[in-house]
Amino acid sequence: MLRYVTGRLLLVIPTLLGMSVLIFAMVRLLPGDVVDAMFSGDVGATAAAKQAVRSSLGLTDPVPLQYVKMVGGVVTGHLGKSFTTGEPIAAVMGRALPITSELAILAVLLATVVGVPLGVLSAVRPNTGTDLASRVCGLLGLSVPNFWFATLALLVSSLVFHWVPPVTWIPPSRDLAGNLSQVAIPVVAISVYLLAVIMRMTRATMLEVLGQDYVRTARAKGASSRAVVFRHALRNSLIPVVTVIGFQVGGLMGGATVVEVIFGLPGMGYTLVQGIYARDYPVIEMTALFLAGVFVFVNLLVDLLYGVIDPRIEHA
Amino acid sequence: MSAPQAVGLQQAARSAAPPRRGRFTAARLRRNPIGIAGLVIVLGTVLVALGGPLLWRVNYADQAWHRLLAPSLAHPMGTDELGRDELARVIHGASVSLQVGIIAVLIAFALGSTIGVLAGFYRGRTDAVLMRILDIIFAVPGLVLAIMIAGLLGPTRTNAMIAIGIIYAPAFGRVVRGSALSIMGLPHVEAARSIGASDLRIVARHLIPNLIAPVIILVTVYLSTAILTEAALSFLGLGTQPPEPSWGNMLNTARSYMELAPWLVIYPGLAIMIVVLGFNFLGDGMRDILDPRLREV
Repeated sequence: MLRYVTGRLLLVIPTLLGMSVLIFAMVRLLPGDVVDAMFSGDVGATAAAKQAVRSSLGLTDPVPLQYVKMVGGVVTGHLGKSFTTGEPIAAVMGRALPITSELAILAVLLATVVGVPLGVLSAVRPNTGTDLASRVCGLLGLSVPNFWFATLALLVSSLVFHWVPPVTWIPPSRDLAGNLSQVAIPVVAISVYLLAVIMRMTRATMLEVLGQDYVRTARAKGASSRAVVFRHALRNSLIPVVTVIGFQVGGLMGGATVVEVIFGLPGMGYTLVQGIYARDYPVIEMTALFLAGVFVFVNLLVDLLYGVIDPRIEHA
Repeated sequence: MSAPQAVGLQQAARSAAPPRRGRFTAARLRRNPIGIAGLVIVLGTVLVALGGPLLWRVNYADQAWHRLLAPSLAHPMGTDELGRDELARVIHGASVSLQVGIIAVLIAFALGSTIGVLAGFYRGRTDAVLMRILDIIFAVPGLVLAIMIAGLLGPTRTNAMIAIGIIYAPAFGRVVRGSALSIMGLPHVEAARSIGASDLRIVARHLIPNLIAPVIILVTVYLSTAILTEAALSFLGLGTQPPEPSWGNMLNTARSYMELAPWLVIYPGLAIMIVVLGFNFLGDGMRDILDPRLREV
């Protein structure tokens, strides 16, 4: 087991390196840089002046050197400074990360708490109206764009309750109630899709498990249908659901981007998009690397936990 | 959008192994109301995209002084902030969405299947190298990668299509490779080899026909997510650019006027949802028909 874990951890290194090359190359090779963006309104700017700014930002260094500096920065923890504001990237991320994490964690909690019972409910009544309705609702949940859902929720809240969430970020440590009312709509909007995924997955695995011999045995020995569903079927059918939830969490941090932009919540995705508009290389590289890194590590963790949750799986 | 990736992948991969394809029959279709609903919605969208401009002969770009008008007979979906007819713009949006969805998925399909067939056919080192490359792309969350590619290439619809095509290519690559690996191990392939069939013949006659079912399922699943992703990119200003209307950028502009003109945020969003739902329904139905073992997933 230990050997398996070490092996998997070592395999992450080439993936992370490849990712860093991909992100670095995308940022460097494509047209337009931060200096062009800075001087975009300034017709009088001379090429020499622009070049001086480039050189001060390290953009005139040979490209491989720039890459080594970026990776070195990640390894040593010196993430560099934003090109446009001069703020250390560590501070930028320190501000953005708690916001995105809060959104992602709350959305996963909400989706799980609602999605699993709905999935069970539709699985215990297969091929009925309830089942068809839940299947349709599940697909509906997969089809609603989260940014549209968020906009509609804002619209209703504004027209009916004459209330819109505040635009400046309220940290939960300062005002928990204010913070929760601010993130309520974004969290619901982000969780709709995930809720549908969890519901569909729970339904599918429940149906599979309910057809197993040991479930029939449990029924035959006279166990109440409640006991059969919850003690025998649900516990076994949750294994794949847990992994799906795990895989989703990693992607959710980046997936929250559009909703963050709508609500002006300065999270990771918001920071990334702002960085792209400004061609602020260090901001783009570090936020993208971080989001991708979280995704990789969460997926790895889920893979490893799979063996713990389901002892039948042995790592060869 | 990684959920259908994860789920779709498993399903499509499972649907590969022993080639036991179902057939489309009238009886099966009748027992499949969700699939039929999906087909109707998708065909309806195609009709609107192709025939809409002929029936509703209003130019989506014509501006007028009557701005932000509520829906009426003259303007069934009202007018926008520049007095342009919303219905004409929603109709144009249908063709934008379909075009982006189809081309982006074709890009993903072409890239992914080529890599997948090469990896599954040659196996060994080729396989390892190609799969590591796909793993790296797969390791970056889809929307983040799409935002980066579209944002850095420059915000146009073409670049959005390229971005979406690239982020979904690994999904096709993995499924096609997995299916190819299992098909290559089947007795009839071995038999073909033993009588001296060429590589090309084995790929064309034995491999590709058996890959059709998993690929069709993937295509429908990803058509819906591709349309959603284009709408998200356009919404962020990284896809289709105004003045050309797409559902995503219409929603983005409409947000500023939503209290004055709620219909401007309702119709484009509803349009996205209906079309995506249509493809999801269709995908669900196709899965039932093409691969009965996956009935419940």
